[in-house]
Amino acid sequence: MNVLVCVKQIPDPSAPGKLDPQTKRLVREGVDLVLDPGDEHAVEAGLQLVEKDGGEATVISMGPPKALEAIRRALAMGAHRGILVTDPALENSDALSTARAIAGAIKGQTYDLIICGTESTDGSSGAVPAQLAELLGLPLLSFAKKLEVSDGKAVIDRQTDEGYDVVEAALPAIVTVTGGINEARYPALRGIMQAKNKEVKQVGLSDIGLAGQAGTAALTQEVVEATPAEARKAGEVVEDKGEGAKRVADFLKELKVI
Amino acid sequence: MAGIWVFAETVDGTPAPVVLELLTKARSLGDTTAIALGPGASKAAQTFGKYGTKRVYVHEDPAFRDVLATPAVDLLARLIEKDQPDLVIFGMTYDGRDVASRLSARLGTALIANATDVAGKNGGWAIVSPMFGGSLMVTTVPRAKAPTLILIRPKAITAEPAASAGAPQVETLTDPVDTSKPVARVLRREVEKASGPKLEDAAVIVSGGRGLGAPENFKMLDELAAELGAAVGASRAVVDAGWKPYSFQIGQTGKTVKPTVYIALGISGAMQHTVGMKGAKTIIAINKDPEAPIFKLADLGVIGDVHKIVPQLIQEVRSRKGK
Repeated sequence: MNVLVCVKQIPDPSAPGKLDPQTKRLVREGVDLVLDPGDEHAVEAGLQLVEKDGGEATVISMGPPKALEAIRRALAMGAHRGILVTDPALENSDALSTARAIAGAIKGQTYDLIICGTESTDGSSGAVPAQLAELLGLPLLSFAKKLEVSDGKAVIDRQTDEGYDVVEAALPAIVTVTGGINEARYPALRGIMQAKNKEVKQVGLSDIGLAGQAGTAALTQEVVEATPAEARKAGEVVEDKGEGAKRVADFLKELKVI
Repeated sequence: MAGIWVFAETVDGTPAPVVLELLTKARSLGDTTAIALGPGASKAAQTFGKYGTKRVYVHEDPAFRDVLATPAVDLLARLIEKDQPDLVIFGMTYDGRDVASRLSARLGTALIANATDVAGKNGGWAIVSPMFGGSLMVTTVPRAKAPTLILIRPKAITAEPAASAGAPQVETLTDPVDTSKPVARVLRREVEKASGPKLEDAAVIVSGGRGLGAPENFKMLDELAAELGAAVGASRAVVDAGWKPYSFQIGQTGKTVKPTVYIALGISGAMQHTVGMKGAKTIIAINKDPEAPIFKLADLGVIGDVHKIVPQLIQEVRSRKGK
């Protein structure tokens, strides 16, 4: 059982995000960059599968050379090796371009399952996994809160508005996992030390036959304007000194809820 | 006139609420075509007409219900090639996201997600979407060939029937659906029922976060909600921890709600939550952390311990109701 896990390095989501007013792109300088917390669950899901059935977990990312750190984090959790697609021409990539670059790096790998988070915590479009599925001609099992693999098939519980659907696909397939699927492990010191010696292959667009077909050259869209949203009118914040509940009840009465 | 298509999700012939919102926006942009797939889809055609839809493509093969995304993508790609619409609009739903994303890779067109508005601009399109939990609004323009695919968030647009509407022209398709290639197939559906009003329709929502400390503490939320005739919601942290089913989740992945009053209890107000509830008319928050971002949104914020305040609040509400 070989598993590929797609991960993204993002600005620390606990700090408020910023857009560069000139380029309208995410500011990545001067902020802490981390492995997307949603992707930690994807790595964990992959590790659990290979620990049970044998095989290897490979982590794939697209990003600047610095994104190596996010891959190292996944390797420290226990993944076996990494692939980083990095190329100056990819700097301005949209989701489709990202999916093309990752699909290009995946071709030629042997795998049974590809695991991704449902969406990145910074961009949140959630488009890459389904685009990847389309480019690779694979079925997509999306929004999985439970995943079981046996007899050449993957079965998930897929989150819906009303509850969940049980959905099945033959391998190879792609799965996107929600945070509820597992508790992601924290890398142990031993894992962190071992990660330093694990192989991470860096590939550029020409290595995967995509020169001129991804990144700025293949942009499908452009952000032309970014303005602060109309802020909600600042409300009243009070400290509870025993009267908090009464204050809320008064307000609910005022609002005619009661 | 521009050709505006709407991916019109239905369940047993009933349109998903977001579809009527999408049709309302679509008819202001051009001639609207709805694409309704799956068993019973034709039953929704008259409703689409009331919302100004000129034409409806219907295909009732069960594969559209039982197989994720791929049959819809195959059909849409064929129809798009034939008719060449300018825009295809989807709801930012579980299925809408899968279909639109796959289709964008198939066609090599622009996909703009999380949109709250779209308008014609200089002969092209300008799409508005919130970033960073709604603190910033960005405008995106497509730079690829038509059609541009747009995923619009539920509740971003108010659904309104058209002032003048006729019966739409219905084209029923019967061409075979290819499921010979590898697909993801739905084996069964599980419904996790909640008591009280539906989250999406509720005027008042009582919502709980990780600050509640333990799943059993949701009992007091249920009690408060029952007193207020409210629906109960939850943050992602809570559903991910398994304290509440996923159907309770409000936020980026999960439901978008727009109640008159939203009461956030032990919710810090992470971006991925606020994007789903920021449209509430009035927000009340109780949280022990004075720095919690939810207080920046709240009309009334109380810094304090939910475990102490909520039981008191239930009593206060009861006494005001004269019980």
